Formats: sequence, C-alpha cells, structure tokens
Amino acid sequence: MSSRTIVLLGPQRLHPNLAAAVDACCAGGQIAAVTAGWQEREEEDQELRDHLGRKVVNLMLHRRGEEVFAEDRELFLAHRARQDELRELQRLYRLRLDYALAPARRLLRRRRGTPRLLISARASAIEAVRSLDREHLSVIRAVHRDYQRRVRPTRRPAVARHRRELQKILADCSAVAIAGGHVAVLLNRLRLFGLGRLIAGRTIFAWSAGAMALSERVVLFHDSPPQGAGNPEVLEAGLGLVRGLVLLPHARRRLRLGDAPRVALFARRFAPAVCLTLDEGAHLDGDGRRWQASDSVEQLVAGGGVEPFPGCGA
Amino acid sequence: MTLAIHRLLAGGSPSPEAIDAFLAEHSFPLAEGRTTMTFVYRGEADAVYLQHFIYGLPTAQPFTRVEGTDLWYHVLELPPGSRMQYKLKVVRGDEERLILDPLNDEQARDPYGANSVCHSPGAGRPAWTHPDPEARPGTLRPFTVDSDAFGEARAVQVYLPARFRASRRYPLLVVHDGSDYLRYSDLKTVLDNLIHRLEVAPLVVALSDARERLEEYPDNPRHARFVSEELVPRLEAELPLLGDPAARGLMGASFGGVASLACAWRYPRRFDRLLLQSGSFVFTDIGDHDRGPVFDPVVRFMNAFREAPGRPSDKVFVGCGTYERLIYENRSLVPLLQDAGMAVRFVETRDGHNWANWRDQLREALSWLFPGPLWMVYE
Repeated sequence: MSSRTIVLLGPQRLHPNLAAAVDACCAGGQIAAVTAGWQEREEEDQELRDHLGRKVVNLMLHRRGEEVFAEDRELFLAHRARQDELRELQRLYRLRLDYALAPARRLLRRRRGTPRLLISARASAIEAVRSLDREHLSVIRAVHRDYQRRVRPTRRPAVARHRRELQKILADCSAVAIAGGHVAVLLNRLRLFGLGRLIAGRTIFAWSAGAMALSERVVLFHDSPPQGAGNPEVLEAGLGLVRGLVLLPHARRRLRLGDAPRVALFARRFAPAVCLTLDEGAHLDGDGRRWQASDSVEQLVAGGGVEPFPGCGA
Repeated sequence: MTLAIHRLLAGGSPSPEAIDAFLAEHSFPLAEGRTTMTFVYRGEADAVYLQHFIYGLPTAQPFTRVEGTDLWYHVLELPPGSRMQYKLKVVRGDEERLILDPLNDEQARDPYGANSVCHSPGAGRPAWTHPDPEARPGTLRPFTVDSDAFGEARAVQVYLPARFRASRRYPLLVVHDGSDYLRYSDLKTVLDNLIHRLEVAPLVVALSDARERLEEYPDNPRHARFVSEELVPRLEAELPLLGDPAARGLMGASFGGVASLACAWRYPRRFDRLLLQSGSFVFTDIGDHDRGPVFDPVVRFMNAFREAPGRPSDKVFVGCGTYERLIYENRSLVPLLQDAGMAVRFVETRDGHNWANWRDQLREALSWLFPGPLWMVYE
C-alpha cells in the first residue's frame, strides 16, 4: 500500500483487529499513538502497546494541551471563549433541530395520502434539516477560521515547541494510530497542535471517535439515550482527511437499525456522504476518498435499511 | 378472546392427563392479550388465594376450583406494563400456608424473604439490570466513620467506579439502606452497567445502613448530622470527590427517602441531587394520621416541611409505584418541590413498594441526576 493509506476500524476493546491491520500495512517501524480522547487516562496505553507488539510512542496530546494552557494564559482564555461560543451555538442548533426533525420523521412514517405529494413533502422536510446542518457547520467553520486568524495557535511559542517535538517523533514513525474516546476533546487536541497537517499523507489507523475526527463532519448519535431526544446532530467539522463518509461507531448498539424511517432519514440527511456502521471487526481502508471495506461494514440506505458497503470511489 | 383456561374447561372437567398437558404447554402466570393474567395452582386444598400487594385491589383474591379436580385458577386483569409481587395462600383444614407460586420461577427477594413476580406485557426486567460481562466492574471498599452524632463507629461501604483514578474528581452519592440496595436492587451491577454504557457519570457511592432505621431515618437530627457533618466531609477528605453541591446526592427508598429529604432540608443546598423512591411522605392537613406510631415523626417532619420547604436541593427525582398507597403522598410532593424552585422529575411505574421497582427506576433517575458522557464518547 502507499504511504497515504487510511485504515478505519471499529471498537478495539474486546476483539481488537488493529494489530493485524498495522502488520498488513507496515512491515516494521514504530507507531505514533494518539489517545487524547481518553482524557486523563491518556497514558494508560499498555493494552494498546501489548496488542500492537511493536514500539509505540504516545504523542500525549492531552497532557501537552494542559501544559500549553498552563504556559500561555492568553491562548487558554481565547480557547475557552471559542469553546463557550461553540457550546452556545450547539444549544441553539439543537433547539432548531428538534423542530426541523419532527415533520421529517412524521412524513417518513406516514403511509396514507397521494404518493407524489408525500414524496415531495418528505424531500422538502429533509432538505430543511440538511439546510440547518449546512448552516450550522458553516457557522462552526467561521468560528474556527476567526479563531485561527486572531490567535494563530500553531505560531505561539508554547504550541510551536510541542509541534516541533511532534514533528520529530512522527518522522521516526511508520504510521499514526488514533484511538477513540471523547470525540470533542480528541478533535480539540488534534486541532490545537495542527495535527491534521502533520499526519496528512501518512499511514493512519483510526477507530471509533478517532475515525469520526478524521471525517469532514462529526455527527453525534444515539437513538435511545436515557435522557434527551436522541436526535443525531452535527457537532463539528472534522479534520477532513476522510471524505464522503459519516462514520458510526457502535452503530448496532446506538442506533435502531431496524427502524426503517429513522435509518432512511439518517441516510438521506447526510447524502451524498455515505453513512457507515463501524462495529467490532469493521475494517475500511482507502486513500481518503476511495474505500474498500470488510463484510461487517454496512451502509445506511435511503430506502431505510442497511446493506453491506461495497466500497466507493473506485 | 377465549382464554386457554376456558378452552381447557370447555368440555367439562378435564382429565388428570389433560391437566398435565395444559400445565406443560404453558408458563404461568399465563399472559393473554395485553392485560389478562391466569394464575393456576394444582394441589389438594380447601381454598386458594392470590395474596398480593397492589393497593386498591382486595388483598386476597380467591381462586376457583375446577370441579372434580385438584386444579385451581384465578384470572386477573392487570394493565399493560404492570408488575406485581405475590404469594399464594393455600388453606387446608385449619392450616393456612403462604407459599411462592410453584409454577412461576420468577421471584424477587426483599428483607422479609421472597415473593413470586408476575408482569403483564411490557414490564419485563430491563437488560441493564443483569450482569454484563463487557462492563468493567467497580469495587466495594469498607469505610468506617467515628461518629460523634451517634457516639459510635459507623461502617459504610464505598463503591468506586471501574478505572477509578486518584487524579480525577468524582461526584458522590450517599445511599440509605445501602446493603439492601446492593442485595435486593443489584445496585452494584446497575452502577457497573450504567457507567460502562456511559449513561451515568463515573461516581463514588457511599452505601450506608442504619442500626435502627425507623428511628434514625424520619428526620432524626443525629442522622442528618452524621451524613452531612461526618460522613461526607470524611469521604471528601479521603477520596478525590468534586465537593460541589451539584456533584453531591442523597438517595433512599421508603423511610430512606424521608431520610434523604430530611437531611437535605436540615442542610439546605449541601446536596443538590436527590433521588427519592417511594418516599414515606405521610402528612396530615388536619387531624391524626392512620399509619401507626412509627409514622409520627414522619408526619411531624412532613407537616413542617410542607409549611416551610425552603429550597433544600436543586434537582430532585421522585419515583413511586402506582400500586402503592404512598402514591398519593408522592404525587402531592411534586408541586411543592417545584414551587420551591427545584427541578423535579416525577416517574410513576405500574409497580409496588419493592426493591425491583426501585432498581428498575435507576437508569432514568441516575442518568438525569448524574448524566454520563454517552453523547460524546465513542470508545
């Protein structure tokens, strides 16, 4: 495989398939690990090391982030203000999303009426949700652009020093492995150190939240949470190294995949991106645009079901 | 719909072989449709009764004997989503025996023994109450507090969540009747599972027990002092706890619910999370109550609380079974708490005053009071 391989995997805790994927792609060399999504447990990576059976260097992005914030108070305050703004935006978006999703759901469940009219009404209702998602993502991107322009985090000495260290570590590694965990924290740390640029073009293995963070849109989802509406929502723009996919770790546990109208809405809402399940054993590899998948990777289809993902972009 | 028991009896008294086949063919109590439950007993007796704990129905419901056989049955209408604990009372001569239903393996235990359990469709035991091999287990540690309030050492058990780390800070929940919650409501399994599922934040739980609960729990100042001034400060000194009112909770059922509310009332805004299950919140508007002298201190407390609730807490989950007598008191507590400025979640279940009911409310209660990172974490 070329050095531009990206491998996306399902959850690794119980039956990991990371080592097999790494061995198939990288003959030797050490692996740079990102476990920032584990937050304060970032350092507890022994299981990962044992599983890989080769030298692993943890990039320790979570800890580095804490060090940077302690050293550069101005950056810390700017970062916190941006996060506050993003949280408020998310609350406002959720409020609107609740109202936008209701008619789309009702229309997708509706069976009576003139088919032609029903089809048109469904398309309009779904388009309203898509429009809201687009607008939300566009505002989020604008917030990030403004932050980058004003704060220039990667040029600040505290960040730049860590970046140089990271660059050096990465130069000695044959691949990068990005673990799951808290997707917002992970994405924050990846973004803080401009890791997207540092790892672009390298072989990357990512699972669960790690895979979500590489995509263009991070979509949060759970159809049956104990609290709240369980509306899938766009959280953030991801690093964009994975194009055209919406990635759904633990889909079998978190989604009601037998609920055809719900699945149909999910698939149509994010089209033309393909919504893919990433359950245990899942394995997708590609170059960021073209993908091949193992049998266990399924895609949510507009008709309201799930089907094996045949791959795309070939 | 013709019930299976009526089909069996349609041709007159069934033969012993036909009864054998009928019993082998079905499981009992037999649920038919959404609401009809058929209870069956086979054996020599002069009378058989369904002895249950549903408030509002006659406590002992007589079975009908099938003429010329040793088969007895009783048909009960139970609304969908209902659960009932019961025993059979078998009368023979001068002897009356209360027994578990021999045809029903489903049982629930409590401090007084065990009961048979019957549920109508939609009221099964939730999956998250069973041990999950994938869930990392938390640990239970003994903890002793030398209490000035009680003039003796008090032992509690402390639940530490899986992957507990001293460098992290956790919310604290103090549970009354902690050992009973562990034994009869599978509290450790429930905590392990809900934390594993990210539905509840990893939290530290102090499981306390009273020596004389009927004396200590109904607004006893020594109990409130023990919890607020001794137990919690000691735990916060020795464990990595957040130490913030919003990250401190009290929980209890029945008299334990009274203890939780009374403690919060005596120490307002110390505990901003309350989980009150089937609280024995008996009060009077005028005259005496009819619940016996053990409720005297409860009524005194509730009347005083109703007079001047203040704002003891911030978020309160109130759960109660529709089939228990206390439902009326619990319902009337809700607007009082809301008017006092607290966020209240009130949940009624078609169930009784029992540990299985309290167990099955815990997902909704704990995930509301101590929400986990489910929405954000994809491991």
